[in-house]
Amino acid sequence: MWKSITGRITLIVVLTAAAIIVLIPSLTDRVPAAWRDKAPKINLGLDLQGGVFLRLAVEIDKAIENTSMRYADDARAVCREKGLPVLAFQKVADGGFSLRFPPGDFAARAQATLKEEFPSLDVGLGEVKADGATVIARMKPAEIQAIRTNAVVQGVETIRNRIDQFGVREPQIIAEGEDRIVVQLPGVKDQQRAIELVGKTALLEFKLVDEGASLEEALKGNVPEDDQVLYQKSVDPQSGRATKTPMLVKKRAQLTGDTIKTAKVNFGDQGGGAYVSISFDTRGAKIFDRVTAENVKRRLAIVLDDTIYSAPVIQERISGGEAQITGSFTPEEATDLAIVLRAGSLPAPVKVIQNVSIGPSLGQDSIKNGIRAAIIGGLLVVGFMAFYYRFAGMVADFALVFNILFLLSGMAAFSATLTLPGIAGIILAIGMAVDSNVLIFERIREELRSKKSVRASIDAGYDKAFMVVVDTHVTTLITAVILFQFGTGPIKGFAVSLSMGVAINLFTALVCTKVVFDYLNAKNPMKTLSI
Amino acid sequence: MIELVKNPKYDFMAIRNYAFMFSAVLLILGIIGTVQIFRGKANLGIDLAGGTSIQGKFQKPFALDEIRSLLTQAGHGEATLQKVEGENILLIKLRSETGREERMVADPVLKLLRDKLPGNPFAVESVSEIGPAIGHKLRQDATWALAISALAIIIYLAWRFEFKFGVTAAIATFHDIFAMVGIFWVLGLEQDLLFITALLTIGGYSLTDTVVIFDRIRENIRLRKRNSFSETINLSVNDVLSRSLVTSITLLLAVLALLFFGGDVLRNFALALVIGLLIGSYSSVFVAGPMLVLWRGEKMTEVKR
Repeated sequence: MWKSITGRITLIVVLTAAAIIVLIPSLTDRVPAAWRDKAPKINLGLDLQGGVFLRLAVEIDKAIENTSMRYADDARAVCREKGLPVLAFQKVADGGFSLRFPPGDFAARAQATLKEEFPSLDVGLGEVKADGATVIARMKPAEIQAIRTNAVVQGVETIRNRIDQFGVREPQIIAEGEDRIVVQLPGVKDQQRAIELVGKTALLEFKLVDEGASLEEALKGNVPEDDQVLYQKSVDPQSGRATKTPMLVKKRAQLTGDTIKTAKVNFGDQGGGAYVSISFDTRGAKIFDRVTAENVKRRLAIVLDDTIYSAPVIQERISGGEAQITGSFTPEEATDLAIVLRAGSLPAPVKVIQNVSIGPSLGQDSIKNGIRAAIIGGLLVVGFMAFYYRFAGMVADFALVFNILFLLSGMAAFSATLTLPGIAGIILAIGMAVDSNVLIFERIREELRSKKSVRASIDAGYDKAFMVVVDTHVTTLITAVILFQFGTGPIKGFAVSLSMGVAINLFTALVCTKVVFDYLNAKNPMKTLSI
Repeated sequence: MIELVKNPKYDFMAIRNYAFMFSAVLLILGIIGTVQIFRGKANLGIDLAGGTSIQGKFQKPFALDEIRSLLTQAGHGEATLQKVEGENILLIKLRSETGREERMVADPVLKLLRDKLPGNPFAVESVSEIGPAIGHKLRQDATWALAISALAIIIYLAWRFEFKFGVTAAIATFHDIFAMVGIFWVLGLEQDLLFITALLTIGGYSLTDTVVIFDRIRENIRLRKRNSFSETINLSVNDVLSRSLVTSITLLLAVLALLFFGGDVLRNFALALVIGLLIGSYSSVFVAGPMLVLWRGEKMTEVKR
């Protein structure tokens, strides 16, 4: 096959046809829909089409502590129900807590009760003193491990749900290592909003306002044991000034957002602000029914991520399983709130540790500049080759066109991502491509100088240059592959286009150019060569 | 036939001591520059050092001093500000200080600009916030990438030529990388992830150059057994000189296009490539060959093929 000219030409024609077919969907949308939607395409990187890249650190320790504290609240409630007086409560290390009971058999009874009620806790007896005994409870290692795994896996799932509802084409949400999540949202225009949507924990809780205790005392630091101070934020629509109002609420949540079935945005009558109406699932509706029945005329605070949105007075028992969250929302805020409530809360809070947001206009400028530079650079190189090596230079240019065609279609076939450094990589691959031909042509010139025939010079030139061309390509490929392994984001794009370009070049520089000379030499050997 | 150099017979080996001196200066600068990077004292990009950078466009012209005093009042006196003339574009960079807790400041800074300059809206074009831990990890990854490529290349060339050739090629390559770091440090230019990409690209290119010359050296050792090793090297460098020049020129054309037409984002990257190309061409002529003589001596032992 390598000897036969027709064989090589057929191969080149077939590859070219395949390359063009693969490349078409990346260049134009005007192809049949079925083809357009299924065919692999070159993706544009965030730096070229704009968008948001977020790296989130999942605060797993906080999730473990939160769960532990929820167990602690529940445990105290259970003890109270059974008539076991809890004298003091304390956090202990490794996601545990201790409860102190008066002297007697209280501690022992509490231990037995808690063991039975909470199978996921290790409950042990602490030291016994004259004034009482403690019970120490810790989550079992399996439970902690479950939280650890769940925090990332569930977090990825929840963020994906939110993003899907927000509407982003081809988002990428992946777990990275043990406690990181990487979110890529190409093409997002309202970037700040998207970041908030992703990063919000969205833990919704309904907590009773403690009107029995004094808020003034609490603000001085004397917060009753079962209470906490939370703030209600409100924005004055006229002045735009934000105010914070403190409120004393019960620590224990009556109901949380995980019982929500749906949430949607509504608009108040006579031009009132947007609000979110939620409906609970059966279990949630039952609890809500009980809570409202037991607390008529008291205030129920609606708390999202430790901020009070509203604290309406319960007018009457609410049995339908529906509630409304009002606040001074803009329509966008209300929409996003409904999305996060539907998608559920993150199992652990997340912190943004890396945020790269590229505006769409900057991306467009970059792609315009990058392509312009690539075209000008390409033309300069092509022009120089034709000028310096005359006819042979044009043959090299012809191979270069194939190189670029195969490179682009190769990127399309692998759905590779084209980034700004990727365009730079293409320019460098062009340089490499030309270098191979320069090596070969200089060898041919040497052979011609030693008075060999044109045909023999060409063959000897290709032969002698072959190994060194392979060596240079392999060494470049080594760096490119390592760059791909260790690089991140845009640099990966550079490595992709460089390594593909280099690999393709071995074919175009060695085969595509040689076949032209062989074809010309086939019938009557060339007497002179313009090189 | 157009020829840049006709039948060249330059005596490169004669001036190798000057070349070694020049290279020593480049290397020293490079080592200082590298140490500065690891001490966190170099002009590192936000992506490597951690911190926040904001680029945006004001609707109307603005005064840099006004922005600076606004930021200083808000406790961001360390911010680097840059203005793109004629386009009302502002670039703000806030490096994270070592030992400080990771915190994101883009939001408050944007809010500040919006609140204090209500008459001149600021449209954000890009924001990047990178925690110091990430920057640290990227630096580490880059170091690993360099070390592993060097090793892989030594192994490959040791297999294709001989061990000493492999090590010498790796040294010539690192010479170029250090020289680029040194020159960027002296010029005070920003070193970011793209700069590291440029380093690796130039590494690859310079290696290609070295391999081409080594290939010729190997061939000439076989063909001209009567020459001394330094004569052989001189001959080989001259043999491939026109190829080196033509390739450098074509690559330079491509990279200069990137420098002048590639836009702001790629300017530093293109500049690094231009500098690197020049250094790479120099090193393959003046560093790799002479180093080989130093190590191998004048013996004409044949290199396996």
